[in-house]
Amino acid sequence: MLVGRIRRLFGSAESAPRASDVPPAERGRVHDVPPIDIAPSDPILAYLQQTSGPVALDELQLDSAAVRELRKVGVKIVVPLISQGELIGLLNLGPRLSEQEYSSDDRQLLEKLASQAAPAVRVAQLVREQEAEVRARERMEQELRVAQLIQQQFLPKQVPSLEGWEIAAFYRAAQEVGGDFYDFINLPDGTIALVVGDVTGHGVPAALVMATTRSFIRAEAPRGGSPSEVLARANDFLHADIPENMFVTCLYAVLDPRNGRLRFANAGHDLPYVRTAQGLVELRATGMPLGLMSGIQYEESEFTLGLGDMMLLHSDGLAEAHGPDHEMFGFPRVKGIVASKANGEELIAELMRSLQRFTGAEWQQEDDITLVTVSRSPSPAAVRLLGEFQVASEAGNERAVMERVAELVKPLGIDARKVERLKTAVSETAMNAIEHGNELRPERPVSVKVLTGDGKVRIAISDRGGGTEIPEAQTPDLEAKLAGLQKARGWGLFLIKNMVDDMRVTTDDVHHTVELVFDLAKKEAGRAATNER
Amino acid sequence: MQQQTSDSAKVRFSDGSAIVDLPARIDASAEQTLNEAYAEVMNGTTKRILLNFARVDYLSSTGIALIVGVLARSRKDGRPVLAAGLSDHFREIFEITRLADFMRIFPDERAALAG
Repeated sequence: MLVGRIRRLFGSAESAPRASDVPPAERGRVHDVPPIDIAPSDPILAYLQQTSGPVALDELQLDSAAVRELRKVGVKIVVPLISQGELIGLLNLGPRLSEQEYSSDDRQLLEKLASQAAPAVRVAQLVREQEAEVRARERMEQELRVAQLIQQQFLPKQVPSLEGWEIAAFYRAAQEVGGDFYDFINLPDGTIALVVGDVTGHGVPAALVMATTRSFIRAEAPRGGSPSEVLARANDFLHADIPENMFVTCLYAVLDPRNGRLRFANAGHDLPYVRTAQGLVELRATGMPLGLMSGIQYEESEFTLGLGDMMLLHSDGLAEAHGPDHEMFGFPRVKGIVASKANGEELIAELMRSLQRFTGAEWQQEDDITLVTVSRSPSPAAVRLLGEFQVASEAGNERAVMERVAELVKPLGIDARKVERLKTAVSETAMNAIEHGNELRPERPVSVKVLTGDGKVRIAISDRGGGTEIPEAQTPDLEAKLAGLQKARGWGLFLIKNMVDDMRVTTDDVHHTVELVFDLAKKEAGRAATNER
Repeated sequence: MQQQTSDSAKVRFSDGSAIVDLPARIDASAEQTLNEAYAEVMNGTTKRILLNFARVDYLSSTGIALIVGVLARSRKDGRPVLAAGLSDHFREIFEITRLADFMRIFPDERAALAG
């Protein structure tokens, strides 16, 4: 620290007083003093710390490399700058203009000058240090924003909607974003892959490895293969590319929602817990984290989630959170809460509440927390198919879809306002399927399926535009449109989103399916009250 | 009041107001008739435009874009746009899309012309 400051005094022109500043005519002679490093062990430091006032270098009997250096560049007198008892720099002076020795008056003047300059120099040093700190902090915050952006981009926007199942997901980034991820991948055979993972480390590097891993698994999963094979391929892929000392823990499970069968493999990730009527079960399968070494085999296990069972997938950010006295939240606590009655969102809320009670209000989250619950409903889903049909992809057919769906839901006695919303959402979705998904090619049909159950009506509209994802609904900028800065169009998705109670988009290699969900119980408050102005 | 039967927009003039009776369907198929109606509105000494939705039973996102287009043009020309005869559902759509922030909405034509 000290050496650094002294070095800065010598090396920079802005804040450091210069030896040559005393006799102006002599500028240039000792002006361009090259930076002189004073080693922390150099005896001159200890000497100057104890002296006050100017020191004539010629009289100094010290075996000091710094003194030799100073003499070499023509310094005659050094005046230590001491602030609050600490040596913070040196004022170095060359010979006097008159070539006479420095008088005792000169020395007194220099001593006074040094005592007044020292605090000012110290302040300047502190300001610089603080500026450097601010810049460093800004860089770090910028990096965190990037990491957060990557993270958000690669987490699912929605949880899958499966008849007879309730899936809930929760993710909360730590201050220094970690590398947690989770994913749901619809597989061609009607099963669904559930993925939870955790990349070692934090910030942008972890976020990038997370994005890579997630993309690789997403691409590999539909190509077939058992969970152990998918993990083995992901491991070989990552091992080739991953930075040294980074690895990824990952649980990969494939659920068949029709019968509750779950096949899974685990690359060193926290074990999932399943609450059954018989008690809590840990789903065990062994395997090394991804990316550590190539050619690893993963054990594969199987479990059947029965009616009313609930599974929790989690990352270590929860169980390994520390309380104020460094105690860990711990797996037993997590298990205890899972064993309680709560399901889905409720269980997630309870886990987070307990964590908060445990850690206290002052707690800074140490690592990302990811929680995914998969709950099977206690009774077989009483889903009724109200009807299904296809229409050709021709402009205007969206109205036919709208009328037929309105006809199919008639027996449900939905209130008139809601039917209007449903009709708008259905026709807009069908129009997107006809025009964008199927590109107005009549030979590509749009399939429509209308189901009811659990007090909801679900309308699934599929086209053949799979492979590319449907964009997120953006809120259109009406001002920009009115000013002619944007096209007047672009209202469809936004409108749909505002008409439905829920909306799920799934994409596989071939199909896009948009499922519109309407809650039959929920009464519409009616947004448009009197608005005369 | 004139009776509208065909599925095209009709323009009437009343005391500086151009009243556009919109067709039953406002979607891509209404683009031409709306453009024609707007051209007709421009001919008169129109101070304001009243869009009459009384007959409208279908309004798609493309239709919303057409209304946005009409509104954009008339704002450029300095003519306020009023709307009347919206069903509760269309009124909600006007709220959601914020079109309601840019045109005054009246229950019917009479109220609009009086206001």
